[in-house]
Amino acid sequence: MEKRVTFKGWLLPLCLIAPQVFISAVFFFYPAGQAVWQSLFIPDPFGLSSQFVGLENFEYLLGDPYYRASFVTTAIFSTLVTLAAMIPALFLAVMADRLVKSARVYRTLLIWPYAVAPAVAGVLWLFMFNTRVGVIAWYLGQLGYDWNHVLNEGEAMGLVVVASAWGRISYNFLFFFAALQAVPRSIIEAAAIDGARFWRRFFTIVLPLLSPITFFLLVVNIVYAFFETFGVIHTITSGGPQQATTILVYKVFSDGFVGQDLGSSAAQSVILLLLVGLLTVLQFKYIEKRVHY
Amino acid sequence: MQKTAFGALLAATTALSPLAATAQTEIQFWHAFTGRLGELVAEQVATFNESQSEYSVNATHKGNYSETLNAGIAAFRAGEQPHILMVFEVGTATMMGAEGAIKPVYEVMEEANADFDPDAYIGSVKGYYTTTDGQMLSLPFNSSTPVLWVNRDALEGAGIDPDTDLSTWQNVDGVLDQLAEAGNDCPMTTAWQSWIHLENLSAYHDVPFATKENGFAGLDTELAFNGPVQVQHIAQMGEWAKEGKFIYAGRRNEGGANFRAGECALFTESSAGYAGIKAEANFDFDVRPLPYWDGVDGAPQNTIIGGASLWVMEGHEPAEYEAAAAFLNFLSSPEIQAKWHQDTGYLPITKAAGELTREQGFYQENPGTDVAVKQMTAKAPTANSKGLRLGSFDQIRGIIDEELEAVWSGDKDAQAALDSAVERGNQLLRRFERASN
Repeated sequence: MEKRVTFKGWLLPLCLIAPQVFISAVFFFYPAGQAVWQSLFIPDPFGLSSQFVGLENFEYLLGDPYYRASFVTTAIFSTLVTLAAMIPALFLAVMADRLVKSARVYRTLLIWPYAVAPAVAGVLWLFMFNTRVGVIAWYLGQLGYDWNHVLNEGEAMGLVVVASAWGRISYNFLFFFAALQAVPRSIIEAAAIDGARFWRRFFTIVLPLLSPITFFLLVVNIVYAFFETFGVIHTITSGGPQQATTILVYKVFSDGFVGQDLGSSAAQSVILLLLVGLLTVLQFKYIEKRVHY
Repeated sequence: MQKTAFGALLAATTALSPLAATAQTEIQFWHAFTGRLGELVAEQVATFNESQSEYSVNATHKGNYSETLNAGIAAFRAGEQPHILMVFEVGTATMMGAEGAIKPVYEVMEEANADFDPDAYIGSVKGYYTTTDGQMLSLPFNSSTPVLWVNRDALEGAGIDPDTDLSTWQNVDGVLDQLAEAGNDCPMTTAWQSWIHLENLSAYHDVPFATKENGFAGLDTELAFNGPVQVQHIAQMGEWAKEGKFIYAGRRNEGGANFRAGECALFTESSAGYAGIKAEANFDFDVRPLPYWDGVDGAPQNTIIGGASLWVMEGHEPAEYEAAAAFLNFLSSPEIQAKWHQDTGYLPITKAAGELTREQGFYQENPGTDVAVKQMTAKAPTANSKGLRLGSFDQIRGIIDEELEAVWSGDKDAQAALDSAVERGNQLLRRFERASN
């Protein structure tokens, strides 16, 4: 028998959700509404005049092969960032979970990178891979590899992926680590008694039990890769070489805040919003089915 | 001595203003300079504030060029705009298109009855910020032009006479061959590739970068830098890149670090690179005029400027505009300009400042510092060489950077890359035209 506590009337529930509704309205619905409205205009930078153009901003964008190519770049980038941020995090969490001694120290050290702002992380990685003074670039040179992310598109992509994923590993590590602690020891011990080795126990017992948190992190990391990485791109490559690292959100930023083209920038953010919304719906519809709570 | 000269100048301007304010009029000035340049600006402002009691200028640093422009635009939208805003040359068309947001400098000066002579500025500087009918819209502040920096030790190391003639790209080609043969890893590098190797290349060879006098004569301008002169130059540079004679270091001035460390023999960069190179280079260097292609009609014409100008914003009190006029007039005085030029390596933007610098013997003590001045003033600017006035130009430069990178990496040939840059840039120009109408 389930016991339910019920409240009479509307006032209390309304009061309880009001703060959340208010915050969403001010920080999400209002700006999102503004973006949708602005995407229908070509305004001048100073807001002195603007022309209503209907859906022309969207037409212009979608007719531009470079913008369409940016979808592919974004897909590759987001996939790589998500994988590069989640797999090492899971691995580190599993390793830290096995530690008996000094686990606390490792945990603290592993969480540190999360405190570094994306743009700063970008600068750090740029220094290490700087084609002229970078430590790693220098060692690669000693090994006979000529590192040049300034002109090599693949290397540039690799560098921004690593720089974007690095801080996220800490974030993901925290969640995986907490989830691992919640895996019942008795099941694992039972499996061990049955003769299952560590990795077999991991793949057949631990991983399935981690699926809710893995799913959550998947959604969160994809959103991160889509929206919050422009600082890294801006400091490391500015979208280059050519357009190799021009992801959608970087284009929103550079067209709006460098190019002063607010109409196009607004239209792009609307497209991005729809895209991420769609992705999240798809994830919940198809992937969540495979999650065991 | 100098102080009394400023005082006299200010007395002259303030005596002309009709109203004697009882309280000090304070105006805001937003700029984009940090470090040494920031200190020098602060010094100019302090000198102005001390030289008179009627006006007070409050200078604020607002980030880099793009950020300062953005801050100004955002502030205008919120009704909090400063009186004077520093805008880099790339933002010029944006500001000119913003009628109602800006108050042209000639108007500010006229209303304040200031004794201001736009002809005191050297032609190619003045032209950049002046309408086609000769009215100055913003006050030139810091201007530089690209030159060729030479590492003399590197040339000597490769068995080349360091005084060899590098005035033409043909000669440079020969020297690059010799450097490469001698095993030099970085015969040449550059900063600001679009500014130097397309914008200035076009002006220097008197070919259009864009139609309608490079955008001066109308918003319906179209890019035209895919002509034979530009294509040939970019193709040659692509060739050099392929052979390891031209090393591409990045879109901005990343190549400067390579040159200052002594790794590169030749470096095309702004004349304002002087302070940094002088401070850091542990080798014998010298400044040469930017090379040109021998055989192109009219070359060498003159090069164009980069840098920033000061815009007066709309929406303030008449007394505050008088203060702005007094401050701008103060900034254009020969003493202030000459000091700025000598401290920074930026050009002396008024003729008087150039003469004063010469009289003070600065060029004799610092040989090469006048190369940029000569290069810009050798000939009267033509329609192709007085500057560029293109909307969304920051983004267009981004497109040019992308397309040039495709040439340097060998993905595209020069013609295809420049054609594509022109086509993509034109779309942005059309959008800008619509937004401004």
